[in-house]
Amino acid sequence: MSFSVMLEQLAQGMCKSMLIFGLTLLFSMPLGLLVCFGRMSKNRLVSGIFGFFISVLRGTPLMLQLMVVYFFPYYLFGISIGNWRFPAIIVGFSINYAAYFAEIYRSGIEAIPKGQYEAAQILDYSKSQTFFKIVFPQVIKIILPAVTNEIITLVKDTSLAFSLAYMEMFTIAKQIAARDTTFVPYIVAALFYYIFNLLVAFVMRQFEKKLSYYN
Amino acid sequence: MYYLEMNDVKKSFGDLEVLKGISLTVSEGEVVSIIGPSGSGKSTLLRIATLLETMDVGNLAYMGQYAVTMEDRHSVYAKTSQLKEIKKNFGLVFQSFNLFPHKSVLHNIIDAPIFVQKRKKAEVIEEAKELLRQMGLEDKADYYPCQLSGGQQQRIAIARALALKPKVLFFDEPTSALDPELTGEVLKVIKGLAEQKMTMVIVTHEMSFAKNISDRVIFMDKGVVAASGTPEEVFNSDNARMQEFLGKLKND
Ligand SMILES: Nc1ncnc2c1ncn2[C@@H]1O[C@H](COP(=O)(O)OP(=O)(O)OP(=O)(O)O)[C@@H](O)[C@H]1O
Ligand SMILES: [Mg+2]
Repeated sequence: MSFSVMLEQLAQGMCKSMLIFGLTLLFSMPLGLLVCFGRMSKNRLVSGIFGFFISVLRGTPLMLQLMVVYFFPYYLFGISIGNWRFPAIIVGFSINYAAYFAEIYRSGIEAIPKGQYEAAQILDYSKSQTFFKIVFPQVIKIILPAVTNEIITLVKDTSLAFSLAYMEMFTIAKQIAARDTTFVPYIVAALFYYIFNLLVAFVMRQFEKKLSYYN
Repeated sequence: MYYLEMNDVKKSFGDLEVLKGISLTVSEGEVVSIIGPSGSGKSTLLRIATLLETMDVGNLAYMGQYAVTMEDRHSVYAKTSQLKEIKKNFGLVFQSFNLFPHKSVLHNIIDAPIFVQKRKKAEVIEEAKELLRQMGLEDKADYYPCQLSGGQQQRIAIARALALKPKVLFFDEPTSALDPELTGEVLKVIKGLAEQKMTMVIVTHEMSFAKNISDRVIFMDKGVVAASGTPEEVFNSDNARMQEFLGKLKND
């Protein structure tokens, strides 16, 4: 097989890897905020339940979680899972990353001094105004480095979709490597992940610069 | 009608009884200073008056409207909607300023009037600029708090509180977090407010300042009002605890 055909196949894989990446971020970041609210709930039962789920999601392999999500409908309801492969990957990734983001948000929210809440209360801000106008903008700045780490991990973690035989970058690289007994697709894949992450780091640095107007 | 009235306020944290029955009334235009040793409950009293903390026993009213009433020897707080109405009557200036670091000076001042009181932006900005002039900081509107000195930050915090047009303004040790050379500029601003007949309740360790600007001084000790009256009466009283307190300050 020629090099250009191989590149073309790998490029298709890249698109799918990036799709997993994009959709996971899109869903997990807001979902993480909801999970964070649950975790920080004053209701002990609610916060306990969310705390338990977070610890399970962070304490077991993502690959295993993807399997569970994928086979879950079949084993539980006997439903055919033919078209479920891609949605299952997105659901699995989103839930897993939501758990991580939830803990990052929580650490950020807890870092906001009590005086900020009290000032908002004296100025008569409502609870939601306090959160969205005072707390959250400051949280974003605090958590940005941790979020950057998480996003960089996600870029690499998209390769775990190979466990469900989804044709993303890494799965294709493995197939070509096995079929043609060549090492080249792995090098291409490595370059792809590396360059993608350089890009991520660059974009996140721009965000950090944008938020450096105060400290 | 009193601007602020609180009667027989008691408060405990666990087994520690911090306030043992404090009554305080403040009339229009009055400046009341609260002095007393560390741990005597001054901050707790202000926090209860500004609804940041709840009392166990006692009542509290602003402009004759009750935020807290006594029922069966316990405090009962008014409904949230009523409290919201009552909260419009007061502001608080914190020891540690508590400005919003991510907002410019101007936005620190105008955001609450615009978002909370839903007032017209242009009008609020005009007033904010006037407040900044009054604070001697008219050139700092676009700065961020971290770019300002402590004294400047505290003056911005005062402007932020005034922008909501409170009837009563509380201060909890407004100069304690400042370097000595910066306290003067903040005290001058507060003195200016006193001259404009702003109603104020000020917890302070600045004795000569308290003597100078107060209509009334309250000396708190171990959760009770140990002495109160005009500055002359309190500072010259032969109350033993008051004398001990003043003596300690002199020796410091
Ligand atoms: N949230 C709280 N929980 C437990 N104890 C508290 C709390 N707030 C205050 N206290 C205690 O109540 C007492 C009175 O505190 P307060 O802050 O009112 O004193 P203060 O007169 O303002 O003192 P200072 O001059 O040092 O500011 C102190 O012993 C303090 O430790
Ligand atoms: Mg205090």
